[in-house]
Amino acid sequence: MSLLQVDNVSRQFGSLVAVQGVSMSVAAGELRAVIGPNGAGKTTLFNLISGFFPPTSGRMTFDGRDVTRLPPHRRVAIGIARTFQITEVFPDLTVAENLRIAVEAAAGYRLRPWLSQRAAREVRDRVDALLELGSLGAKADRPIAELPHGDQRATEIMMALALRPRLLLLDEPTAGMGDQETYDITRLVRRLHQDRELSIVLIEHDMRVIFHLADRILVLAEGKVLAEGTPAEIAADERVQAAYLGKAA
Amino acid sequence: MKALAGRYVDLAIWLGLATLPYWIGAAGGYTSLGTRVVVMALAATALNFLLGFTGVLSFGHAAYFGLGAYGAGMTIKYLVPSTGLGILVGVAAGTAAAAIVGALIARLRGVYFAMVTIAFGQVFYFIAFRWNAVTGGDDGLSGWRRLPIDLGFGSIDILGNDQAFYYLTLAGFAVAVAVMAALLRSPFGRSLLAIRENERRARFLGIPVEQHIWLSFVVSCFFVSLAGALYALLNNFADPHDLRWDQSGDFVIMAVLGGMRTFWGPLVGAAIFVVLQDYLSTLTDNWMSLIGVFFILVVMFFPRGVLGMLRRRKATS
Ligand SMILES: Nc1ncnc2c1ncn2[C@@H]1O[C@H](COP(=O)(O)OP(=O)(O)OP(=O)(O)O)[C@@H](O)[C@H]1O
Ligand SMILES: [Mg+2]
Repeated sequence: MSLLQVDNVSRQFGSLVAVQGVSMSVAAGELRAVIGPNGAGKTTLFNLISGFFPPTSGRMTFDGRDVTRLPPHRRVAIGIARTFQITEVFPDLTVAENLRIAVEAAAGYRLRPWLSQRAAREVRDRVDALLELGSLGAKADRPIAELPHGDQRATEIMMALALRPRLLLLDEPTAGMGDQETYDITRLVRRLHQDRELSIVLIEHDMRVIFHLADRILVLAEGKVLAEGTPAEIAADERVQAAYLGKAA
Repeated sequence: MKALAGRYVDLAIWLGLATLPYWIGAAGGYTSLGTRVVVMALAATALNFLLGFTGVLSFGHAAYFGLGAYGAGMTIKYLVPSTGLGILVGVAAGTAAAAIVGALIARLRGVYFAMVTIAFGQVFYFIAFRWNAVTGGDDGLSGWRRLPIDLGFGSIDILGNDQAFYYLTLAGFAVAVAVMAALLRSPFGRSLLAIRENERRARFLGIPVEQHIWLSFVVSCFFVSLAGALYALLNNFADPHDLRWDQSGDFVIMAVLGGMRTFWGPLVGAAIFVVLQDYLSTLTDNWMSLIGVFFILVVMFFPRGVLGMLRRRKATS
């Protein structure tokens, strides 16, 4: 059964059509990679799915429900969480504080002027669990702006996970990272996918990561779907090689 | 350690304020100057709830300060001679206006938000300025005074007794500040901090940013109106200038001067501003330029404000 259904969606900026008639169906528990050259419209597609802006035309459903015009916070509430191509965290706060805000938002406490002891303890426990999952325990009380990029990324992913999403959108999580950091993030993503049966859509440039993780791959070029299939099919696709892999190699 | 040091600062501030009428004379001041400091500190702290802890700059807070002032004055003058009711009406008027204006502008950001808050502020100013028959127009609203507070079993004379009025004001300040501090330590307060830090991230954590900015604006204006009502009672007078954009600017200056990232910064800024104003205005009509120069120096050399700078010093030494 498909969890996310994107139907013939387009988005125009002035005369530029950044995403043009894209359709995609992501099954529950699937890990889908989205690839394509720079400016292909990958991030724009994420912005449409997460509600950053509405599509110029087309329709999107999540779990059978029309979400085309739903504001971002409502999409978060029904289980769509995302990270950004350029890491978005709360720079002046510590790692633990970053996570705490996410946990409290997810628990529906955002308007509460106080918390019961019990609720506060539950929040703390959840923050601790996320710190551990992200291997961030030792850095919990450091201001996040002081930490290396990889830790900021890991925190951002944990903040998205704090929302207990059913669909996680990761926009180039390993961009700008060293080999070790890339490996750590790749392992984390695989664990999330396998242990938690989380559906994930992943934009990625690193081919090793993609072929290692993805169930299926969607290839975008100039806003349109160029190809779609399993990693093996995509690797064998001549148009993809010409438009993308060829260029990258 | 840090929390402990913070507690000592809190204690020192509350002790200083609680004993103010007993030492301000020796320091060359007078009790109602202390009252003015406390009132302005309340207004600046309330502004800073929005500015420093939500990251939204309002340049029109004087409108709600002034509505508090006129609400209190007009109630006592025309309706019921009751100080308590005057305060209530003033606060209700300011908060209601803020709720409406806030709903109209919560979508705007940065300079646009600031500009539109000025514009709305000026609307209220012109009403007070022009509506002579009711507001006293340019001359302000006079011919009324604060009245003893009737507690049922006795009454407090806050008119003849400066000290009693100081303590009434301090009580209002204490409650307001305690409520704001508690809110900032709550999940709601952290959601505001999240918006200040990174609006996009906050939104994609499921926080409806506009709704929270609106709420922060209303909370902030609620306490600014309280400050305005107390200010009118202090002067037994409401001045159209209380509503004008330059009064809004003064609140911003106080918050930035003291340090808008610190909770007590606006109190420090208000104290410096009010005392400097009181002293300089006896020397020259041009006191505002001198405060302006001082402000520019502080911003250039201590961009985190006076208290922010002291914090820094302590942290690095
Ligand atoms: N908000 C916007 N306003 C105007 N143009 C935009 C906007 N967002 C994206 N674009 C344009 O749309 C096109 C697609 O951009 P997008 O960011 O989706 O590409 P991408 O596939 O994510 O590329 P990259 O690999 O570089 O991240 C680009 O030409 C970009 O300049
Ligand atoms: Mg992109």
